[in-house]
Amino acid sequence: MKFSEKWLREWVNPAIDTQALSEQLSMAGLEVDGVEPAAAEFSGVVVGEVVECGQHPDADKLRVTKINVGGDELLDIVCGAPNCRLGIKVAVAMVGAVLPGDFKIKKAKLRGQPSHGMLCAFVELGISEEGDGIMELPLDAPVGTDLREYLSLDDNIIDVDLTPNRGDCLGIKGIAREVGVLNSIDVKALEIPAVAATIDDKVSIELVNDEACPRYLGRVIKGINLDATTPLWMVEKLRRSGVRAIDPVVDVTNYVLLELGHPMHAFDLNAIEGGIKVRSAHAGEELVLLDGNTAKLNESTLVIADHNKALAIAGIFGGEQSGVTEQTTDILLESAFFNPVAIAGQARSYGLHTDASHRYERGVDFALQHDAIERATALLLEIVGGQAGPVVEAVAKDKLPKVTEVRLRRARLDRVIGHHIEDAKVTDILTRLGFDVKIVDGVWSADVPSYRFDIRIEEDLIEEVARVYGYNSIPNVAPTAKLKMTTHNEANIAVSKFRNTLVTRGYQEAITYSFVDPKAQAILHPDSDALILPHPISIEMSAMRVSLMPGLLASVMYNQNRQQPRIRLFEHGLKFLRDENAENGVNQVAVIGGAITGLAHGEHWVEEKRTVDFYDLKGDVEALLSLTNDITRFEIKAEQSDGLHPGQSAVIYVEGKKVGFFGAIHPQVQKSLDINNATYVFEIEMSAIEKRNLPEAVGVSKFPSNRRDIAILVEDQVKSGDILSVIEKVGGNQLVDLNLFDVYKGKGIEPNYKSLAIALTLQAVDRTLEEKDINLVVDNVVAALAEQFNASLRD
Amino acid sequence: MNLENILAQALEAVASASEIAQLEDIRVNYLGKKGEITNLLKTLGKIAPEERKEAGQVINQAKQDVQVAINDKRELLASKALEEKLAAETIDVTLPGRVMPTGGLHPVTRTIERIESFFGELGFAVKSGPEVEDDFHNFDALNIPEHHPARADHDTFYFNPKLVLRTQTSGVQIRTMEAEQPPLRIISPGRVYRNDYDQTHTPMFHQVEGLMVDTDVSFTELKGILHDFLRNFFEEDMEIRFRPSFFPFTEPSAEVDVMGKDGKWLEVLGCGMVHPNVLKSVGIDPEKYTGFAFGMGVERLTMLRYGVNDLRAFFENDLKFLNQFR
Repeated sequence: MKFSEKWLREWVNPAIDTQALSEQLSMAGLEVDGVEPAAAEFSGVVVGEVVECGQHPDADKLRVTKINVGGDELLDIVCGAPNCRLGIKVAVAMVGAVLPGDFKIKKAKLRGQPSHGMLCAFVELGISEEGDGIMELPLDAPVGTDLREYLSLDDNIIDVDLTPNRGDCLGIKGIAREVGVLNSIDVKALEIPAVAATIDDKVSIELVNDEACPRYLGRVIKGINLDATTPLWMVEKLRRSGVRAIDPVVDVTNYVLLELGHPMHAFDLNAIEGGIKVRSAHAGEELVLLDGNTAKLNESTLVIADHNKALAIAGIFGGEQSGVTEQTTDILLESAFFNPVAIAGQARSYGLHTDASHRYERGVDFALQHDAIERATALLLEIVGGQAGPVVEAVAKDKLPKVTEVRLRRARLDRVIGHHIEDAKVTDILTRLGFDVKIVDGVWSADVPSYRFDIRIEEDLIEEVARVYGYNSIPNVAPTAKLKMTTHNEANIAVSKFRNTLVTRGYQEAITYSFVDPKAQAILHPDSDALILPHPISIEMSAMRVSLMPGLLASVMYNQNRQQPRIRLFEHGLKFLRDENAENGVNQVAVIGGAITGLAHGEHWVEEKRTVDFYDLKGDVEALLSLTNDITRFEIKAEQSDGLHPGQSAVIYVEGKKVGFFGAIHPQVQKSLDINNATYVFEIEMSAIEKRNLPEAVGVSKFPSNRRDIAILVEDQVKSGDILSVIEKVGGNQLVDLNLFDVYKGKGIEPNYKSLAIALTLQAVDRTLEEKDINLVVDNVVAALAEQFNASLRD
Repeated sequence: MNLENILAQALEAVASASEIAQLEDIRVNYLGKKGEITNLLKTLGKIAPEERKEAGQVINQAKQDVQVAINDKRELLASKALEEKLAAETIDVTLPGRVMPTGGLHPVTRTIERIESFFGELGFAVKSGPEVEDDFHNFDALNIPEHHPARADHDTFYFNPKLVLRTQTSGVQIRTMEAEQPPLRIISPGRVYRNDYDQTHTPMFHQVEGLMVDTDVSFTELKGILHDFLRNFFEEDMEIRFRPSFFPFTEPSAEVDVMGKDGKWLEVLGCGMVHPNVLKSVGIDPEKYTGFAFGMGVERLTMLRYGVNDLRAFFENDLKFLNQFR
C-alpha cells in the first residue's frame, strides 16, 4: 500500500521525521519497501495560463504562446506539446528555474522565436504519472502560485509491504491507528456525520447468500453532474497512492477505499432491474466486466445481481453494463461486508486482482459499512451534487463475525517469549491497540476490535505484545536442551563423502534445474513418461527430470561453448519417476551422477595429451562403489542404457536390481544435443551405495606370497570381467590378489583373438606354499578357463 | 727392491689412481697373495730370529699403511662418483608437477555444509524430504488453508490442485513431527521452487529449515541461536535486527535483517514460534511443548558471504564461476 506521508500526518502526526517514521513502521511489522519524494527537486515553477497560442511560423510541431504568470508582462514561450492550447492552466518553469537533474532554464530562441521559459510535463518534474504532453492544471488554479506549494509537493510517498494478516492497515485510517499506538499519541478522529436523505428513492436489497454477504448497504443518489471534476487535493492523494483519477464517482470510491480501507462500488441506477440480490452465480452465467472481458461465472462465485441478471462479481469487479458512464445521472452506492472465505481465491480464478478483492480476501472491518457509505455520499454530493436517498441496509446479524474475546495467560506469555514483560506494560499495549482488556488472576481477557480480524488465539496476542514492546528489546538467550547424544550409524556414508571423492578426482559440482527441456530429455530417454508442469516458466523448463543426464549434458554444452577443454561435472539430487506405488504417485530417487568430456588432464610438458575414455569414467565409478567397502555387491553388465553407445554402456546391478549405469553418450544423441566431443556419463542411486560394510579384521599371513603370471588367448568378444570372476572362484582362498595387467591384440596374435596377461598372487595363512601347491592352483585356473572360454595359454 | 721403495711405489700408485677398480689392482699387486708386500712377509723366515720380530713389524706397518691409503682413496673416489652421479641427475624442480586438478563443491553446497556443521554441533539432525509434495504437507499442515492469501504469494508450481513442487522446506518439519515426538532438533536443507524468474528470482533455489521443539523453547532462545548463527556464518560482528512479520505457520513471526556493507538492511531469514495449529496438526500438545522454526535462503546467504552479485550464476554451472569456490 502506497500513501502520502502528509495524508497520514493529517490523521496522526508524531514528532519524528520521515526516516524515523519508516523505521518505526518496519519494526512494527508494516515493512516499508520504499520512500520516495512526491516530486523531484525543482524550483522556479509556477502556475500559468495560456493566453495566446499560435502556430510557430517555421516549425510544424511547435507552438508560440504567451503565458500569464501573474507578473506585469506575459511570457513568450515556445512549446512542442500537442495538448498545448489556449485557456489551459499550465506549470511554467520561468527563466532562472532549476528543474530535476540541475537543468537550468534560460532565455532561448527556438527556430527564431524567443522562448522565456518552459511549459512542463509531469515527468520533467519527477512526478510519476502516465500521460503525454504538458501538465494541465485545474482551471481555478491561481496564476503565479508556486507549483510546489499549489500541489503540496513537499511530501513523500511511503510504500508499505503489508503481510496478509494486516488487512486492517490497507487504509490510511488503519496505518494511522498503528502509528498512534507506536507513539502513544491520539489519532484525530474523522467525523463522519450521516447525510440526511433528501429524496425517498430506494432500491430493495435481498441477501440470498447471507453467509457470504451478511451485510449490504445501498443508497440511491440522483441527479449527479459527471462534468464536474475531482478536486486537486483528492487527485493528488490518489496519485500518491498510485491510483489514477478517472471520474468523480470512481475517484470518490477509490478515495474512501484508500482512506478507510473499505471498498465501495457504484452502479448506474438505470441499469438495475427490480432490486439488488446478493447471490451465488448460476451455472453457466456470464458477465461482461468493466474491462470488456466476459467472465464465465461458476457457482462458487458470489455476484451482485438485480432481478434479472448479474451486475458485478461481489467484492472483486464491476460489470460493464451497470457501470457508471459519462451519461450517468443516477447511481446506487454499495457498501458491503463480504465474508473473506467467500471472496478468497475467486479473483485469482478469473485472472483478476483488484484493490477491492485484495482487501476483501484479507478481511474488511465488519463494523465499517455505514461510515464508508456516509463518507462516500458526503464527498460525492460535494463534488458532483445530486440528491441522496436513505441508506438501505440488509443484514443477517447472526452471520456477521462476532466480537471475540481472546485470553492471554501471564505464564504462557512468559514461557513463549522467555522474557518477563510487566503487567502494566502488557495491559497498556493491548489497550492502545484497541482491545478492551480486563486482567483477573494473571489472565487478560481482551475483546478484539472489529478491525483486528487477524486476532483469534492467545499466540496472536503474544505477538502483538512482543511486537509493540519491540523484538529488539527482547534479549538473546542460548537455547537450553538435554545433552542427549544423537544416534550415529557407522555404516551410513555421508553424501559429502561421495562428493569429496569426486572433487578429489577432478569433478566440479553442478546444480541444475530439476525441470528440463522435454525435447532434450526425450532424445536421451525416448520412452520416459516425465511429470510435466502445466504452468512452467517456459517450455524448456517444463519436464521433471527422469535422470541427471539432461541437466548435466546441458551444462557440458554450456561450458564446451565457452572453450573449456576439460569438463568434469557431477550433481547430487532427486530424479522424478512416475510410480503408482510411491507416495503421491512419484518415486523421487536420490542419485549421484556425472559427465566427463575433453582432455583427461590439462596439457602438460611430460604427460601425453589425450582425451578421456570409458575407463577414466569407470575408474571414477569404481571409486564411488568402493566406498562401500563391498565392491563385490555390484554386478556390472555390458548392457545398453538410455542414450548410450551400444558398445560402450554398462549397467550396475545389486541383487538383480538395476541401480545405475555408465558409458559413452550415443554419437547420434551427442549430435542432437550439440555436444562436440565424446562424452561419458554415469548415474548411481544413492540407496545402493549409502551403506558400507564395517571392517571385519582377519589375521595377516606371516608367510611369503607368490606371484604367477599367466598369459591367455581368448576370442575378442569374451568379457574379461567374466574371466576374472571364474579365476576368483577357482582360485579359492589361497588366491589373495588378482590383477589383469595387459591386454594385447595384433602382431603375433590371430585376428579376433586377444591376449590377456593376468597376475595371480597366492598365499596361505598357515604355511609357506610349495611349488606343487602353487602349480595346482594355476593349473586349475588354466583348465577352467580352457573349458569355459576356450582359452589357451600363450606361448 | 727394499720395503721403503715398495711402500713409496704403492702409495704413489694409490695416490694416482682415478677409479675404484684401479685400487683393487693395487691392492692385489701389493697386498694380494702374491703381492709385493706379501712376498716380503714370506721372506721373513730367512731372517735371523732376533731381527725377525722387528722386520715383521716394519713390513706389517707398511702393509697397513697401504691398506689405509687404499681405503681412504676408495672412500674419496666413491664420494666423488656419487657427487658426479647426483650432479648428472639434477632436474628443473621448478617445472610444473603432474596434476590431477581437483574440482570443487558448488557454492550452495558449501554454504549448506557450513550451516549443517553449525547446527549439527548443537545436536540438530539433518533431515530431507520429497520435492514433489502434496498440498497437505506444503500448505494445510502449515496452517495455510486453501485460498489463504499466503498461498497466492508463493507462486506455486502445481501439477494438480493436490500436488505441487514444494515452495518451502517446511514440509519436512511436518514429516518429522509426524514420525517423531519431542524433544526435536532438526534442520532440513534442500531445493524449493517458485514460479518466478527475473534478475533476483530463480524458479528453483535452496532453503535450510530449522526446527526445535521442547518443553520450554522460547522466543529469546530463537533470537539467541540465530544471532550466534549469523555471527558465525559471516564471521563478523554484524548488526542484526528482528522485524515482526507474518508466516501462517509461526506466531509470533519475525524476519531477520543484517546490516549490509552499504548501510542497508538485508533480509536473510524468516522465523518464529511454531504456531499451535501446526503442532496440533501433527498430534503434539501445544500446551506441553513449544517450539521455534526458521528458514533461510541459501543463495542469498552465499551471495552475501562471497560477494556473488548475480543469482542466476548459481544454476548456469559455468566452470569459470564454479572454479572460484575451492
